[in-house]
Amino acid sequence: MKRYSAFAVAREAARFHTGWERAWRNPAPKSRYDVIIIGAGGHGLATAYYLGKNFGIKNVAIIEKGWLGGGNTGRNTTIIRSNYLQDPSAALYEKSRSLFETMSQDLNYNVMFSPRGVIMLAQTQHEVRGYQRTAHANALQGVKTEFINPQRVKELVPIINLDGPRYPVLGGLWQARGGSARHDAVAWGYARACSDMGMDVIQQCEVTAVRRDGGKVVGVSTTKGDIDCDKLGIVVAGNSGHVAGMAGFRLPIESVALQALVSEPIKPCMDVVVMANTVHGYMSQSDKGEMVIGGGTDGYNNYTQRGSFHHIEETVRALVETFPMVSRLKMLRQWGGIVDITGDRSPILSKTPVENVFINCGWGTGGFKATPGSGWAMAELMAKGHGPLTDAFGMERFREGRFIDESVAAGVAH
Amino acid sequence: MLILTCPMCGVTAEETEFHGGGEAHLKRFGPGSSEDEFEGYLFMRENPKGVHFERWRHANGCGKWFHAARCTTTLEVFGTYAAQTYEPPAEIKAVISDKRPGWRWREHS
Ligand SMILES: Cc1cc2nc3c(=O)[nH]c(=O)nc-3n(C[C@H](O)[C@H](O)[C@H](O)COP(=O)(O)OP(=O)(O)OC[C@H]3O[C@@H](n4cnc5c(N)ncnc54)[C@H](O)[C@@H]3O)c2cc1C
Ligand SMILES: [Zn+2]
Repeated sequence: MKRYSAFAVAREAARFHTGWERAWRNPAPKSRYDVIIIGAGGHGLATAYYLGKNFGIKNVAIIEKGWLGGGNTGRNTTIIRSNYLQDPSAALYEKSRSLFETMSQDLNYNVMFSPRGVIMLAQTQHEVRGYQRTAHANALQGVKTEFINPQRVKELVPIINLDGPRYPVLGGLWQARGGSARHDAVAWGYARACSDMGMDVIQQCEVTAVRRDGGKVVGVSTTKGDIDCDKLGIVVAGNSGHVAGMAGFRLPIESVALQALVSEPIKPCMDVVVMANTVHGYMSQSDKGEMVIGGGTDGYNNYTQRGSFHHIEETVRALVETFPMVSRLKMLRQWGGIVDITGDRSPILSKTPVENVFINCGWGTGGFKATPGSGWAMAELMAKGHGPLTDAFGMERFREGRFIDESVAAGVAH
Repeated sequence: MLILTCPMCGVTAEETEFHGGGEAHLKRFGPGSSEDEFEGYLFMRENPKGVHFERWRHANGCGKWFHAARCTTTLEVFGTYAAQTYEPPAEIKAVISDKRPGWRWREHS
């Protein structure tokens, strides 16, 4: 693989950009791999990458039914933070956030990580107490956050209306090294690095069955034929219940639509990410100048990647209260993704009832930020059978009553 | 936007008048049941890509709970029916079998 660099840009400019090579190969599947990962979203690709990088397991295929990064990876609002309440979450999300800091260098691919800071607004007394508690928990976990007062919020976000009609801003939980990154670039960067290690990223290939022999996986059937493997990783987000069904087990997961929208591009007006969990509205400004907006999930199971219009209406209503200038903006696009929600709003990284099948799912509305950490932890789980970051996230926690309850902490969790 | 008909009061309205209540026909397990049964009842869900039976409440109307049969890949509603039943009524099953040949009631439990 030719490295990207300032020198490479100059060299290619001199020869009219005729020398750029494809970022990844587009191979036909082999008949057998050591490891197959189903799902070439960010999490699946990152899992493969760290299997190769950290454990030297490189005979790997990542199988994708659509195009890589076309699932939730390419549909999210890219908020990155690690200010969770419970210790296992803080460990996993902070590992992930810290990997974002060096990801562009590590992958030799510009993922445009922008640690511009994230504020979660406290708009009820309940939220004030909740976020103060989180700030204390974060201090003990070594995650740098602080609870800030309304005046500080106004300094950081001049366009905010502190005394909104329904919910005045009473403070906020501020994480200065949170921020955002380019979602597609994260998937593309990992795909390029995986391909460079000799792994096969196989697109337009849907897994239709998980083949087993005596409680143990032997391979998968796909729209491009049967492929054998020793170990299988299921990393398919909203389709987790469906693919788990192919392997013969159920999950504590419901799939629902989550939507986002972007405005026309405007001059720079807000250089931090703001989340208002009480009213379900999130906003940041992209480098192009568009306001990137996320809202709440639909209230019913759905696999269509379309949501209900009234949720868009609710989100926009909430944002107009908090940022009155938004009322003059035209919205350009709106879309939906299918998110996989667990009962405790925490992910599942786990062994399964089928030997050598591992599952990584349940990231719900908030897994983009976890992409590198999830891949790192999942690779360790698949290589060694357990790991310090994943031990608490096994699916047996529901049966055992060991929830990692982030639903009270966040309400929603982008 | 989903449009549902409440079988209790007969009103047909947009989904904003209703509130979703998750999977229907869950069998309750209490004290004395096995761990598998209890875990299945509390947490495991069919979450199917296709025909789904679910609870809805006519929240901004008559206030009653009822059930709906709906396809999660097309959002087509096959019908709604009263909640006082362990299984979908025969006419609802017939509509589904007609539109989704090969469909079977309850693969998991
Ligand atoms: C609107 C929206 C906003 C969001 N905002 C944020 C945010 O601000 N911050 C944040 O941290 N998170 C956010 N999220 C959540 C985040 O997008 C996801 O948690 C994360 O991207 C999941 O990544 P993934 O790789 O697991 O899943 P995906 O990117 O969905 O990848 C799964 C892949 O599996 C493939 N697949 C499925 N079934 C099969 C099969 N049978 N065979 C082969 N391939 C298959 C799919 O095609 C897909 O490409 C948001 C999500 C949405 C929808
Ligand atoms: Zn009614």
